[in-house]
Amino acid sequence: MHGEGSIASAGVDERLYAVDELTRVEGEGSLRLRVRDGEVIEARLRIFEAPRYFERIVVGRTPDEVIDIVARICGICPIAYQLTAVHAFEALFGVQVDPSVRALRRLLYCGEWIESHALHVYLLHAPDFLGLSSAIELARLDRSLVERGLRLKKIGNEILSVVGGRPIHPVSLRVGGLWHAPRRPALAKLRDDLDEAVEIAQQTVAMVAAFEAPEFAARRLLVSLRHPTDYPMDEGRLVSSDGLDLPATAWEQAFREEQVEGTSALHARTREGEAYLLGPTARIALAGERLHPLARAALDATGQEAELATNVFRSILARAVELVQATVEARELLDAYEAPRHAAIPWRPVAGTAAWATEAPRGLLFHRYNVDEDGIVRSARIVPPTSQNQAAIEADLARFAPSVLDLPQAEATRRFEQLIRSYDPCISCAAHFLDVTVEPVG
Amino acid sequence: MATTTLRPRVGVVKLTSCDGCQLTILDLEDELLALTERFDIVDFPEATSDRSAGPYDILLVEGSISDPDQVERIHDLRARTRLLVVIGACATAGGIQAMRNWGSVDDWASSVYPDPSLLRVLDRVTPVSDHVKVDAELRGCPISPDHLREFLTALLVGRRPQLPDEAVCLECKRRGYPCVIVAGGLSCLGPVTRSGCGALCPAFGRGCYGCFGPREQPNVVALTGRFEADGLTRAEAGRRFAGFTAWAEPFRAAIPEDGPARPIRAASRGASHAR
Repeated sequence: MHGEGSIASAGVDERLYAVDELTRVEGEGSLRLRVRDGEVIEARLRIFEAPRYFERIVVGRTPDEVIDIVARICGICPIAYQLTAVHAFEALFGVQVDPSVRALRRLLYCGEWIESHALHVYLLHAPDFLGLSSAIELARLDRSLVERGLRLKKIGNEILSVVGGRPIHPVSLRVGGLWHAPRRPALAKLRDDLDEAVEIAQQTVAMVAAFEAPEFAARRLLVSLRHPTDYPMDEGRLVSSDGLDLPATAWEQAFREEQVEGTSALHARTREGEAYLLGPTARIALAGERLHPLARAALDATGQEAELATNVFRSILARAVELVQATVEARELLDAYEAPRHAAIPWRPVAGTAAWATEAPRGLLFHRYNVDEDGIVRSARIVPPTSQNQAAIEADLARFAPSVLDLPQAEATRRFEQLIRSYDPCISCAAHFLDVTVEPVG
Repeated sequence: MATTTLRPRVGVVKLTSCDGCQLTILDLEDELLALTERFDIVDFPEATSDRSAGPYDILLVEGSISDPDQVERIHDLRARTRLLVVIGACATAGGIQAMRNWGSVDDWASSVYPDPSLLRVLDRVTPVSDHVKVDAELRGCPISPDHLREFLTALLVGRRPQLPDEAVCLECKRRGYPCVIVAGGLSCLGPVTRSGCGALCPAFGRGCYGCFGPREQPNVVALTGRFEADGLTRAEAGRRFAGFTAWAEPFRAAIPEDGPARPIRAASRGASHAR
């Protein structure tokens, strides 16, 4: 699948590094990098998923229908989509949910972070650092390592099952609260499992800190949510490493999406046209002091926090630290949990604009719905994390390329693919909002 | 470990979808490593960088057909596959993206994309079985891990998989859940929807929304009548079927002709359309 080629004519040395279908990422994308006389002339992460038109599907639907529909944007992070939409509608309708309901929702999000990060760290990303093609191959060399990762992933999925009904496309979230709130005894087994999960997560930090990462240092604009007391997840203000500080509902004031000639993407950039990076690395850089003391201690023990901010190959460490954060927070939420008096409270629709942003496992996710006085959606905008990261990914590919041009072509191509995987791109999420070009291949 | 030569060669591919059904394979955490010993996973791009273009003894296909390349691709895959298994509501019924089948593709594209002329999509979103012969299907949005486990086990031992074709109602009764239609006055698709979820939505006190699609001989007309008797208009009763398996008959026929969307009231304040 690794296409390559050299064209040496009229004294010009042009090389093409191409991967027709990226592997160990969610969804279908390709890589294309062209170098002429040692200079990168094209660096492209192309997305060839067919569009699904979610922003149109939700038009003419009620808020609770939207909650179920947007889950289907992504099988890996459905809670991110559901919870962002729930918050958006509740903010517009003036709904204040019970603190126990907020705790259960945050517990769901912790479950999703655990499931998604464990999947990426152990099954998709770790093989890169060990020179292997898959976790299947890794399991032949170190079965217990993969089993640990699967155990952690399973505990994340158990949280989603107990609170949400099932790990993929959970059914419990609704505007005004939850369809059902579990009683304390139903959560007892989870509580025991979470002790184990915290331990595995801590081991994961130590494991990935020992991985050797390619050298790469790039300063870039980082963007995440920031909350006065909590690690950024379901609420907070929109902040950046350049000092941006806005309500999260005002994403459209600071950023824009643009169509780029010949690419398959609507790239999101700042209003000034700058690429920016979202996700675990950005969250730790911008809100690292909100980490739980156990997650903070795990990070400090690695001595790699400074490198984490500039070397995206180290993002696996950020994900591992967030595994500690999410498992510890889930455990504390369970310990403090009292079932709410009412799982949901009634609400009345209000015409206007419903907007919100949350932190999906891969980074900031923004939703905006315009609704009429019956609460029916008139138009929508959904900006997933991967389409926001895409400009930064392509810029980093171009920046990183010169350092590996002396390597054999296949090895250099492998490094490029590893770089892309470091962003944990969710192409199936992103694609539904991107247009698909018919650029001839080759 | 089973001997390598006898292991069936398995591929897992996706078309238009959310990746959730193939993720269900990776969500079999307790069995995953044993499965990779019994089956030779030769192509599964989401999970491994080792690739194979076939031939496949078994190919699991996620997603619906929505562009011309996918039509070509599924024919090509079919020719290289012994047992083609479609997994999930997108592959078996078209999925949520089939909503656009009630509208015009040009209108839909221009409502989301700045330059729809760059899009290359088919007029209709369709299930895989509209294009090639399908040997087996696992339904659901997402598929059930229990069904997947049963299906793979049956393949290994060479027997027919035992997949239920009964209404969600029967699951409800077995589990002792109160009926959300009778006791809760909710509109629930349980009487006409195939089981597989464990009656999840009724367990959470809400009506079933049809993830596993219509069961054999569902009486959709009678159920729609019941929703109307409970106070829904005919159009609203029909819209209850406009979910993740809407394009499957007879759910499709129940949906109002102008589609699943409700009419939108004239704007009373200046809500803007950004694109």
